[in-house]
Amino acid sequence: MKLSKLHIALLLVALVAPFVLYPVFLAKILCFALFACAFNLLLGYVGLLSFGHAAFLGTGGYITGWLMMNANLTPELAILLGTAAAGLLGALYGKLAVKREGIYFAMVTLALAQLIFFVYLQAPFTGGEDGMQGIPRGELFGLIDLSDNLTMYYFVLAVFLFGFWLINRTIHSPFGQVLKAIRENEPRAVSLGYNVNDYKWVAFMISAALAGLAGATKSLVFQLASLTDVHWHMSGEVVLMTLVGGVGTVFGPLLGAGAIVTMQNYLSGGELGNYIHIIMGAIFVICVLAFRGGLVGELQKLVKRNFG
Amino acid sequence: MNRFTKTLAAVAVAAATSTAAVANVSDDKIKIGVLADMGGVYSDLCGPGCVTALEMAAEDFGGEVLGAPIEIVSADDQLKADVGSAIVRKWVEDEQVDAVGGLVSSAVTGAATKVLTDAKKIAMISTAASNAFTTASCSPYNVHWTYNVAALANGTVKPMVDSGKKKWFFITADYAFGHALESVATEVIENNGGEVVGVVRAPLATTDFSSYVLQAQASGADVVALANAGADTVNSLKAATEFGLTEMVDVAGLLVFTPAAQAMDPDTAAGMRLTTGFYWDYDDETRAWSNRFKERHGSIPAMGHAGAYSMAMHYFRAVEAAGTDDSDAVMAKMRELKPDDFFARNAYLRADGRMVHDMYYAEIKPADQRRDNDDILNVLSVIPGDQAFAPMLPECNFAD
Repeated sequence: MKLSKLHIALLLVALVAPFVLYPVFLAKILCFALFACAFNLLLGYVGLLSFGHAAFLGTGGYITGWLMMNANLTPELAILLGTAAAGLLGALYGKLAVKREGIYFAMVTLALAQLIFFVYLQAPFTGGEDGMQGIPRGELFGLIDLSDNLTMYYFVLAVFLFGFWLINRTIHSPFGQVLKAIRENEPRAVSLGYNVNDYKWVAFMISAALAGLAGATKSLVFQLASLTDVHWHMSGEVVLMTLVGGVGTVFGPLLGAGAIVTMQNYLSGGELGNYIHIIMGAIFVICVLAFRGGLVGELQKLVKRNFG
Repeated sequence: MNRFTKTLAAVAVAAATSTAAVANVSDDKIKIGVLADMGGVYSDLCGPGCVTALEMAAEDFGGEVLGAPIEIVSADDQLKADVGSAIVRKWVEDEQVDAVGGLVSSAVTGAATKVLTDAKKIAMISTAASNAFTTASCSPYNVHWTYNVAALANGTVKPMVDSGKKKWFFITADYAFGHALESVATEVIENNGGEVVGVVRAPLATTDFSSYVLQAQASGADVVALANAGADTVNSLKAATEFGLTEMVDVAGLLVFTPAAQAMDPDTAAGMRLTTGFYWDYDDETRAWSNRFKERHGSIPAMGHAGAYSMAMHYFRAVEAAGTDDSDAVMAKMRELKPDDFFARNAYLRADGRMVHDMYYAEIKPADQRRDNDDILNVLSVIPGDQAFAPMLPECNFAD
């Protein structure tokens, strides 16, 4: 991937931001941005609407949290295993889900995610409604203490950049080209000799693993893994983030996640706290009706119209 | 360090402290956060009322401690542990909050106290019930004021078992609080010669309790115990009435707050025995404060509201006595000074953070004995604190 001026500018902002804003808040944005980017890989580039991505976010979080509390691992190993667990679950769910298309695909993923939700609700190791509390952040590679918020932020930034790079690499590879071909015209891709279901399956797995990576990192940031992360609300929230930011754009999910998390953060403390769901719903409706390209999509159109 | 640098350091420290507007109070403010469920099933138990109670405490104390103004901030935890812990983390790390009050759901409180202990800030737990905060996950910065599950079980369950109700069935809220209440109550039942014939666990904020009530009906128990709280208690009791369960067996609400008692149908709830840390109509002192509260808030206070006020006043007194808002010094003073007000009777703060005070054994009045909608309980007896609360565990003794 070639680094453009935009990339470098954004990177600089990300490096300086924790000195201005609260690092944990920024780390939260990055975790959700990675989650939304992973989701966007499926929706934006393969055209598959998964309504069960919370299952992978939650699995990453719970497995990493459990390992950190019980197995005495260093954080990078715990995150790796959490990500692998989410990837495995994604392989299983993906295998089943890619056999169907459109609304049926969405429903299958939702049903499978609800299954795993009830497992986590009842399984003793997750702590049920209490969640898994007090997960230690540990020491990265056994050397760097992550309990400092600033250190944690830079670690999350590194994880995010890795995930972001991997997604970009995937999109721009020959494999990614085939994915886009499937999105544009599936029968044509079949007629060209591509095994469409296998391509979808691999994309689903990558997306699930990266969602798991986001969840694993998030559980360390907040030292908590809870049912909120596996609830279907979370699956809906990631759709909202991606749509608000711009489906099928590289920076869309990043911006969308930033916008939604910031809104939740500021609204929850104020007078409008009780109306947060109504406001988010209204934004969703406006987005779908008025600017379907999302924030980034509309921005690109504007740039093209005036400067292109 | 040689003598010159030592002197330099001493001068620097002296200069720094003398220029501070308020000596020994961090960021020149006493800032208290109120974390509570503001709109969900537990919002009546603490919620906006706890914010009112803390504002009253701040005003009654004169609006400032050691010359530093008192500021109250609040947030809605939405009954979610992750939301609550994120808010508390932001408060202590980014907004210089000195102590956090409210703290309603035991799940949220568990997450919040972990963050607070790490940051060495005081958790002023007014409404959460689990006894874990002074046992399994005790901390030198936890203060548990109003009541806990041990007091409820000792207060309500023991007299019933002693009166010959030996077989018990539990409808339990499926999270930390319900589990804790169930296990403590089970211990009391078994130690007194009773037995538990069955348990069902309902998720928090269940609205349809019919399947749980039917299981209770089939169990052949003498008593069906509701190990839940708030709107869950009201809803489960409603279902129990609809299925005729209340006519067959005794239904015991293990944790009934006054707003829940008020919301129950007097015909079905009359005679139900309960244990509470506070009743507004107990004597002149409680009435005086409660009427002031009602004037501002619109309803009579639940025990969590009164506890939140009493605890905040004690905290302010301790800050004043200690001459600083440093948590360790304040905690030491809070243990040393005896809380004594309309809420805390015969009270002292134990070294594990448990505030031991008189509890009340009461019953819900039938409709014909009520003079108005606020007249709901009949206090039968006072349970001395040392009988109500379980003894301190040696590993949780944080006295220095």
